[in-house]
Amino acid sequence: MKDIKALIQEHPFFSGLDAAYLDLLVGCASNVHFVNGDFLFHEGDAADHFYVVRAGRVALELTVPGRAPVVIQTLQAGDVIGWSWLFPPYLWQFDARAMDTIRATAFDGKCLREKCQANHDLGYELAMRSANIMLQRLQATRLQMLDLYGQRP
Amino acid sequence: MTDPMLPAPWRIESVRKETADTFTLALAPVNAAGPLSFAPGQFNMLYVFGVGEVPISISGNPLEPSPLLHTTRAVGVVTRAMWKLKPGDVIGVRGPFGSNWPIESTKGRDVVIVAGGIGLAPLRSVLLHVLARRADFGKVLLLYGTRTPEDLLFRAELRTWAKRRDLDVHITVDRATGRWRGNVGVVTTLIGRAPFEPKNAVAFVCGPEVMMRFVSLELRKRGVPEPQIHLSLERNMKCATGFCGHCQFGPEFICKTGPVFPHDRVKALLNVREL
Repeated sequence: MKDIKALIQEHPFFSGLDAAYLDLLVGCASNVHFVNGDFLFHEGDAADHFYVVRAGRVALELTVPGRAPVVIQTLQAGDVIGWSWLFPPYLWQFDARAMDTIRATAFDGKCLREKCQANHDLGYELAMRSANIMLQRLQATRLQMLDLYGQRP
Repeated sequence: MTDPMLPAPWRIESVRKETADTFTLALAPVNAAGPLSFAPGQFNMLYVFGVGEVPISISGNPLEPSPLLHTTRAVGVVTRAMWKLKPGDVIGVRGPFGSNWPIESTKGRDVVIVAGGIGLAPLRSVLLHVLARRADFGKVLLLYGTRTPEDLLFRAELRTWAKRRDLDVHITVDRATGRWRGNVGVVTTLIGRAPFEPKNAVAFVCGPEVMMRFVSLELRKRGVPEPQIHLSLERNMKCATGFCGHCQFGPEFICKTGPVFPHDRVKALLNVREL
C-alpha cells in the first residue's frame, strides 16, 4: 500500500514538485473517502480544506430556489477541488457532491497557509500551480458561457 | 463522367429524428446508379426541389455506402423544408465533394476524434471507418461535447460505442439537465486527461469554429504536432466545385480544397475577423 507522500507525488497537481516541499505538504494531508451522494462541502461552510482527487467524480453544484441544483462542472481523477481555502473569508461558494466513490487527498487549508507563510518558495509554487488551474477553469467557463452549440440561422 | 452541377434524384428511405431539431436522412438512388462512393469527411449538395440547395456532410460508413446517410440540423430555410420530407419523397443530390479525413496516413497511430454538437455527423463516417479497420490503428478515442444531454446525437450508437473495449468514449455537456449523470463542462476539458500518446496521435476535429480553435490549442498543449490536427471547416458553399467563390476562405475554397484541412494550413486564417 502506498504511503500518502507517494500518492501526493503521483497526482498531476504536484507533478515535478521538489521533494523537500512534498515533505512539508505531507504534514497537512490526509486520505479521505466519500461514497455516492456524500457532500465534500456545502456552500457557506468554512473552506478549511482542498482536495486532490485520485478516483471518482465530483459535481460542483449551485442551489437555485425552486429548481433542482445546477451542476456547474464535474471534476474527476487528476483534478483539484477548492480554492476558497486560499482567500478570506475562507468560505465555500459551491456545493461539492460525490457522483460515485471518491478517493482523494484532503489538505488542511490553515496548515498549508501557515507553511506557505513560513516558506514563501513553497507558497509561490502552490500559488502558481493553483493559478494555472484557475486560468484553465476560467477559459473553460468562458467557452461554456458562449453557448457554442446554440441554434444559429 | 456526370455533370457535377446536375443533381441526381434520390429517394428518401427513412427520416430518423436524432434530437428535437436534428435528423438523419437515408437515401437511395432513383435511377439505376449504384451506391455513391465517398471518403469520410466529404459532403454532398442536397437539393430540396423548389426551395434550395445546401451542403450536408455524409454521416454514413464509407465502407457501407448504401443507403447514403446525411445528418443535419433544421436551422435554415432549406434544412427546415428537408425536416418536413417523408419516406418516398425525392431530393436532388450532387457530390461527393471536398477533401476527406486523411485516414490512410493515420494507420498505426492513435486516433483522437473531437466532436462538438452537430460536428459529430461528419466524424461518424471516419469513426465507423476506423472501427471497421480497427487493427490498423492504435488507441481510438471519441471526445464529444454538446449543449445538453437532449442534444446528444446517435444516442443508441453512443451507448454501443461506450461498451467497446477498443474505443474510449468521453462525453460532456455544457449544461446538465434532468437525470444526467455524466460530465459537465466544455469539450476542451476532456483533452488534458484523455489517454493517448500525443506525438503519435492524429486528431480529427469538427464543431463550431470557436470550439475547434480552442480544441486545437488544447491538443497542442498536450503535445500533438500541428500537422497532425485536422479540422473540418464550413462556409457558404454554393457550387461545391470551386467556381463561384462563395466559400472562399483566404486563399482556400472550402468546397474544393476543404472542408478538411490540417490545422497548420488554416490556423492563421482562423483568427481573421473578416473571413
